[in-house]
Amino acid sequence: MTAVTQETVHQLAERQIAVGEVRGTPAADPVNLPMIRHWTTAMGDANPVYTDEEYARGSVHGEIVAPPAMAQVWTMPGRGRDEKGGTPVDDVLAALDGSGYTGVVATNCEQTYHRYLRLGERLEPATRMTGFTGPKQTALGEGYFVTWNVSWYSSGEPVAEMLFRVLKFRPRERKPQSGSSQPYPLRPAVNRDTEFFWEGVRKGELRIQRCADCGELRHPPGPLCPKCRSVARTHVVACGEGEVFSFIVHHNPPVPGLETPFVVAVVQLPEGVRIVGNVVNCLTEEVSIGMPVRVRFVQMDDELTLPMWAPGGS
Amino acid sequence: MIGSRAALVGIGATEFSKRSGRSELQLAAEAVFKALDDAGLAPSEVDGMVTYTQDTNQEISVARETGIGELSFFSRVHYGGGAACATVLQAAMAVATGAASTVVCYRAFNERSGRRFGQPDARLGGEPSSQGMEMSWHVPYGLMTPAAWVAMFARRYMHAYGARSEDFGRVAVAMRRHAATNPAAWFYERPITLAEHQASKWIVEPLHLLDCCQESDGAVALVVTSVERARDLRRVPVVVAAAAQGAGAEQMMMTSYYRDDMTGLPEMSVVGRKLWEQSGMSPADIQTAILYDHFTPFVLSQLEELGFCGRGEARDFVADGGIEIDGRLPVNPHGGQLGEAYIHGMNGIAEGVRQIRGTAVNQVPGTRNVLVTAGTGVPTSGLILTG
Repeated sequence: MTAVTQETVHQLAERQIAVGEVRGTPAADPVNLPMIRHWTTAMGDANPVYTDEEYARGSVHGEIVAPPAMAQVWTMPGRGRDEKGGTPVDDVLAALDGSGYTGVVATNCEQTYHRYLRLGERLEPATRMTGFTGPKQTALGEGYFVTWNVSWYSSGEPVAEMLFRVLKFRPRERKPQSGSSQPYPLRPAVNRDTEFFWEGVRKGELRIQRCADCGELRHPPGPLCPKCRSVARTHVVACGEGEVFSFIVHHNPPVPGLETPFVVAVVQLPEGVRIVGNVVNCLTEEVSIGMPVRVRFVQMDDELTLPMWAPGGS
Repeated sequence: MIGSRAALVGIGATEFSKRSGRSELQLAAEAVFKALDDAGLAPSEVDGMVTYTQDTNQEISVARETGIGELSFFSRVHYGGGAACATVLQAAMAVATGAASTVVCYRAFNERSGRRFGQPDARLGGEPSSQGMEMSWHVPYGLMTPAAWVAMFARRYMHAYGARSEDFGRVAVAMRRHAATNPAAWFYERPITLAEHQASKWIVEPLHLLDCCQESDGAVALVVTSVERARDLRRVPVVVAAAAQGAGAEQMMMTSYYRDDMTGLPEMSVVGRKLWEQSGMSPADIQTAILYDHFTPFVLSQLEELGFCGRGEARDFVADGGIEIDGRLPVNPHGGQLGEAYIHGMNGIAEGVRQIRGTAVNQVPGTRNVLVTAGTGVPTSGLILTG
């Protein structure tokens, strides 16, 4: 990652922290017994105060209450449901994804409950971003820690809070291999004309040769610029997005180092050049011409990293 | 001009098999003897030899084996099967310039029982040659077999023109129909249906097994001499009316994915333009075409590049048996490489000669001019043969 991008993500994070608390979409349903029953069953919590009306009447609560740890459950948007507005953290996470920090792992979750919730209460969440640090070198790879706090309100009264922290990291991927210490057998020849590309790949950069004189971009690269004959070469770092221009699904015969079927695509980059690579992280039947893809750097063995393509884009 | 200066006066071939049981050098020598016998020439009358850079038999080795004495011209052509017709171009140029008087072109291999081109070879990308560097952008991703290289074009072609797998299948069905009545063909008496094509296993999507040509052991040799000398020999001279090579702009070896269009074969367009220019002919003058058919999709592309139909229209051209013996343009009456044998295009040139002579097993009536092409997806070559 270049210094420029680092600064941009930091600036974005500072702005989002300054935004303060942002109200989210209110819970779709009020606190309700069926949901409590599902949750307690799934969690194995047999406390009758959560589900048995008669028992609950005789308890200190005098009525059924929801398990406090369900706080987050009530306002979860559910899969595929559009969460209007989003939170101040979304843009920061998206920017990190876009810079190759696609891995995510939750590192902290601290919840505070102010009181028990009763049936019929409808919660409203609010999120504020509270922390951003990095880049840090971690066992998972280089990454950033992003922290945010969520408060839940019932008719304006705060009832629960949560601090949540994730590590967004650049995955150090490794192709699963049959003999794990075997070097990947399909190696590129590298010479002084192409060295810069493979050096970039090791650093997580997709480099495109650029003529230092006329600015022409070129891939695959070569020793000089066919347009102006200049041998002054430099490169730009591609934004990492692309579109499938054509693709194949290889079934037969077996290929050393790879499991069939696998997909290889010609990817059109917005910079104007094309590049070939595997399409990964999706089913072979989901690949199509025109599909937006994003670069991923896959470490094949101790020495070789290959740029590959996964579904997704801006 | 190269056109009509040289003639093909002899053709020879071994049997086509999956296991020849003999060395590639022996196959080459056998084919050369047959071609010389066909021409009625003695080995000592040969003074030039041409083959592919990929052939494992040196010109001098074949010359030694066959009793061909001194050579004043020997040459090789690169780019795999794209070399086929260019061996005849080299021979014709040698004859036209006086570099040699009689030239033997040959191709011999145990491509099935020996080194199989369709098998992945991890070494392809490791070579620090310019070709190895080219391959290095593809081999690491497992894009390393001819079927895969062609499939990448085929997918884009389908996308651009709405062609379907069945359109490719019709090429395979036609080739196998032709081979079914050719006793020299590996698939003699074994035609296929379109349903069988569709049901055959995936090799590399969008290519089924039956979109891919077979793998063969065998050899073919051709004898080229001047038109004047040809008139004194025992066979009807088959005149090389035109011979050309072609490479396109931004050309690569099978992986020209980086030029604007990925739906055509610009290198074959170069060949076509040269052939029409040299011969003064047009597609309407061709009664039979021998189109290189290692993979079915490129037969469609060739029909378009050579001007037999418009862009994207080849699927209509091959519909309803359009390229079968009784169609509008019979293609590969011997069954091609899909049906007869994969001898890297050299068996197709031999068929072109037989069609002009009128001695083919699946003779197309009234054939006066035959167009022959070489390997596709690579820098290639072509011929127009005439009676």
